[in-house]
Amino acid sequence: MGRVLRSDLALVANWIAPGSAVLDLGCGDGALLAYLQEEKDCRCVGVELDSANCLMSIENGVEVIQQNLEDGLSMFSDHSFDCVLQLQSLQMVQHTEAMLREIGRIGQEGIVTFPNFGHWTHRLSILNGRMPVSKSLPYQWYNSPNLRFSTMVDIIALARASGFRIVDCVALHEGHEVRFMPNLLGSLAMLRLARDPAQNAFA
Amino acid sequence: MHVVTPDLIAFDEALQLRSGATLSAYHLAIETYGTLNSERSNAVLVCHALNASHHVAGISANGDDLGWWDNMVGPGKPVDTDRFFVIGVNNLGSCFGSTGPASINPDTGKPFGADFPLVTVEDWVDVQARLADRLGIARFACVIGGSLGGMQALAWSIAYPERVHACVAIASTAKLSAQNIAFNDVARQAILTDPDFHGGHYYEFGVVPQRGLRVARMIGHITYLSGDDMAEKFGRAKSAEVLQYGYGADFEIESYLRYQGEKFSRYFDANTYLLITKALDYFDPAAAFGGDLGAALLNTRARFLIISFTTDWRFAPLEGRAIVKALLDAKRRVTYAEIDAPHGHDAFLLDDEKYHASVRVYFHSLARELAL
Repeated sequence: MGRVLRSDLALVANWIAPGSAVLDLGCGDGALLAYLQEEKDCRCVGVELDSANCLMSIENGVEVIQQNLEDGLSMFSDHSFDCVLQLQSLQMVQHTEAMLREIGRIGQEGIVTFPNFGHWTHRLSILNGRMPVSKSLPYQWYNSPNLRFSTMVDIIALARASGFRIVDCVALHEGHEVRFMPNLLGSLAMLRLARDPAQNAFA
Repeated sequence: MHVVTPDLIAFDEALQLRSGATLSAYHLAIETYGTLNSERSNAVLVCHALNASHHVAGISANGDDLGWWDNMVGPGKPVDTDRFFVIGVNNLGSCFGSTGPASINPDTGKPFGADFPLVTVEDWVDVQARLADRLGIARFACVIGGSLGGMQALAWSIAYPERVHACVAIASTAKLSAQNIAFNDVARQAILTDPDFHGGHYYEFGVVPQRGLRVARMIGHITYLSGDDMAEKFGRAKSAEVLQYGYGADFEIESYLRYQGEKFSRYFDANTYLLITKALDYFDPAAAFGGDLGAALLNTRARFLIISFTTDWRFAPLEGRAIVKALLDAKRRVTYAEIDAPHGHDAFLLDDEKYHASVRVYFHSLARELAL
């Protein structure tokens, strides 16, 4: 029985080569990793803090390490995974730059997705004098689990500065790819990153 | 409640121990729960910790002794005996039915006492493998244990990689810290310096080094509880209305520990306590690999579940995470649960919702994987 993935996760899955070793930071219920194991023969490990999510991951047949990402990733050795994922949780991490470097240290490739603060509805909210509340940022400023807000252009700049080459960059809105003015019309940004051998940022 | 009776299984093939000593014959006390399926693929071995036994679940025939892990093992429990065939075995050198220091030495016709050889975790695992052979179990669905039991589960995965589908080590460690060894040695010294110890041959004198055992247990017990748990349960609560200005038990924690020590000293054998604490101290599978635990685990074939408890300071989460890191380095399949429970090391014996849910769900996934 095949699993059906949410459209953004399906896109992530497309970026991952069959047989890869995949580490998912903040793996939630493990649905994507279960898919990658079953359909693409990947060797997967998830990291997740929430107990209920950990249980669902185990139920889904996914190996999961219960850990707070903020406590560091020293458990994972250098270059020990082909691909490290951080999907819609990078914005919840306090030390964004350090986390990106960790992704580069552990993985050959990284895939990060995050809500694009540059989406036009968010810009309009700010113009109207209010912090944005939307489908992709469904929280009030005072109760949001998101600590960091960035646009697609911002994150690309940081990824380059952190020693990555941008392999692919896609914006989605409501599950569909946005090719025209992605930083304005995309609500979810997806980046596929590769360690840039020209730089030595992960040493 | 399920009434269980132990079996006694005799082995007469000589056993070579890590210490260099040999045991010519021995027997093991075991209990089993559930039914071995026709493929013999649903067997689970439960390894016990310091003071437990083969009596894992159910109630003894005399009706007063509930298994030490009855909240975990049984019909409909996290380790579900409607699905799995569970084996509890009393380790060699223990005092609950298997051959140990209190048994008669066939060479002398007297109890072994101090002449009973030291056994290691790896020796126990070898003996358990012989038991598995006897029961016709080529491969365990799971070997599971808490604390010292978790060490046996790890040792199983290393010594018999093809015979373990899953290894579950709870509140355990791959090696004792200096602090752990220090606590163990204080406990041992309490026993060794008891005038009733008689160099380990106290049986012949009709006495038991009960004072030493009591103190040993009191020390151990302190390390099994968390500081917070102790503060909450006892605080500075007094045993009596007024301070006695003497050396009696003024505080409830004193009465409690004395009671625990007293109870323990009536049923546990002092030589067994010495032997098991040494087995704990010696366990260090990475030692043969220059201290590289990942290298020690490289040949394992099992999938692993490692569980730690946040307030356990005997075998702290740090130790559990070290095992997980080594397994990740060895590219083994590993799941890690860090349970936020207040009860310290003892948490592995207690009924905690998240803890039990983790084990339950993990065993679901094992059952699915093995088509049980």
